[in-house]
Amino acid sequence: MSHPENATEFLKDQAKAKWHDETLWFVRDKRDRISKTIPEWEQLRDLASQIKDNVLVNLASYLEDFERNALQNGIKIHWAADAEEHNQHVLRILQEKNCKAIVKSKSILTEECHLNPYLEKEGIEVVDTDLGERIVQFLNQPPSHIVLPAIHLKKGEISDLFHEKLHTEKGNEDPYYLTQAARIHLREKFLGAKVAITGVNFGIAETGEFVVCTNEGNADMGVHLADVHIACMGIEKILPRRKDLGVFLRLLARSATGQPITNYNSHFRSPSPGKEIHIVLVDNGRTAQLAREKFKNSLKCIRCGACMNTCPIYRRSGGFSYGSTVPGPIGSILSPGLDMKKHSTLPFASTLCGSCSDVCPVKINIHEQLYEWRQEITKTHGEFGKGLSMKLANGIFKSPLAYKISGNLMRAALRALPDSMIYHPLNTWGKSRNLPETPTETFQQWYKKNRP
Amino acid sequence: MSSREKILAAIRGVSSESKSLPEIPDFPLSGDLEEVFSQSILGNKGEILSKAEFEKWLPSMNFQKVISLSAHFRTTGNLTLPEDPHELEDLELAILDGQFGVAENGAIWLEDTNLGLRALPFITEHLVIVLDRSKLVETMHQGYDLVGNAHSGFGLFIAGPSKTADIEQSLVIGAHGAKSLRVVLV
Repeated sequence: MSHPENATEFLKDQAKAKWHDETLWFVRDKRDRISKTIPEWEQLRDLASQIKDNVLVNLASYLEDFERNALQNGIKIHWAADAEEHNQHVLRILQEKNCKAIVKSKSILTEECHLNPYLEKEGIEVVDTDLGERIVQFLNQPPSHIVLPAIHLKKGEISDLFHEKLHTEKGNEDPYYLTQAARIHLREKFLGAKVAITGVNFGIAETGEFVVCTNEGNADMGVHLADVHIACMGIEKILPRRKDLGVFLRLLARSATGQPITNYNSHFRSPSPGKEIHIVLVDNGRTAQLAREKFKNSLKCIRCGACMNTCPIYRRSGGFSYGSTVPGPIGSILSPGLDMKKHSTLPFASTLCGSCSDVCPVKINIHEQLYEWRQEITKTHGEFGKGLSMKLANGIFKSPLAYKISGNLMRAALRALPDSMIYHPLNTWGKSRNLPETPTETFQQWYKKNRP
Repeated sequence: MSSREKILAAIRGVSSESKSLPEIPDFPLSGDLEEVFSQSILGNKGEILSKAEFEKWLPSMNFQKVISLSAHFRTTGNLTLPEDPHELEDLELAILDGQFGVAENGAIWLEDTNLGLRALPFITEHLVIVLDRSKLVETMHQGYDLVGNAHSGFGLFIAGPSKTADIEQSLVIGAHGAKSLRVVLV
């Protein structure tokens, strides 16, 4: 399904769509307010962008440094060219440990690699432990937002779900009550898991450590109780120096949710005695994106989600309308690099207003890349629907006489044409757009009459 | 060719002009350090106590299972650290020493030496961090200067209690980790 088709589906429940729009705008507003309390905010964005520029140029040597230092610290490193290899590495470790049940904290990379279904096929129980992720996992849904996975659901729906899955009181919609039920349910899973999987927010080349940020503490609950910690990390998550974290931790939570920092920011450098840490370093299209000069900057992304919260299209179409692991503006420039045909409508799911670029903490030129993807996609797939009408318009605008005649015709036509023709499935332009009221006379006619 | 070699070769195959790594300047913070820090902790839904307030609060809670690793409250706990963190399952209170606090966001740095077991500040129902009020810095930049390149297998910034807003963006304190954070400034 294309983005417009999915968005139409989302907009059928108008009250919920309005709530979704307003709630994300509220998060965006919180981000604005907190960013304005930091006088050096723009300087921090510049620094973050420059650090990431340097990372992209020197990525190979930083990855080698990271690997060498991590190995020295007693961490095991695995390299994965694609999603399949990533999943194989994880499965192999689980099989070596004879592990049949794992807990997993938020990792967009494992979503991208479709790790859960892969492991479940092998008979392994995967429990997502972030509250929002557990909720969508119960529903067999992917997250609809990378920071707020269950933002598409209302508490009534979650209450019904928990009543069914966790036997909470029917109709009790109190968020505290529901959260406590999940706490009890997940604590049992934490205590029982031998292996825990996390994502990685930042990997530090000079120390070989990696950092995981959460508010719930679920990543730490999982890994510190398990014997084995597997951290899944995209190769672009590297930062050169430990002190670079100062810049990025100042930006991340403020951009994501408008809070000054996440409540838990854990730095893993070596395993506890008797335990193991594994890092799976994943390419899965990232080196290909790096080779695309116009789009390589998309790899600077730190997955804060600010571009989603601000985007007028995301807020009004929902995360699922994008049909890609990372939705929203940043997803719309990452996903076509993975599969241009499947994601061909995503770069068009934007007004090109540039708000995404304005809030991006690492200053990715998101809206410009959306425009560039449109050029690539039109070159490759051609433009169907709008092509013919645009060619016609081109001819009309070239000739003054044709313009004049067509103008008169158009005004008559706009009044006379039945809606069924304007809002015809073949006229893609007519979807979700209303035609203007037609004036009774042209500007030329008006000017002649009113000229002094 | 292994995936490692393939990935590194693919990256090296991309030609790009060199971009230098910027130096990070020091950004000053305005306001009284302790006041800003305290406000940050409150904003993160933690609490700030004086030593006297803490000593009054503790008996009022009537905790049965307490572990204290704090040098300031050596005799306060009634349990010793087990070998297996799973035994901490019903721990009610952990009292730990923080190394330093960051005023701009309330983040407090702890390392393996402060934690005993890495699971401790998460699995405990309530957490108290004792912090020397002379060990406050302005921003995360100064924080990382203090962390330096000292080697700890694990270190973390804790800035508040476990929290979530995953149900309709309603803030709930006490998701999976500690249900409360009290910072005792000494």
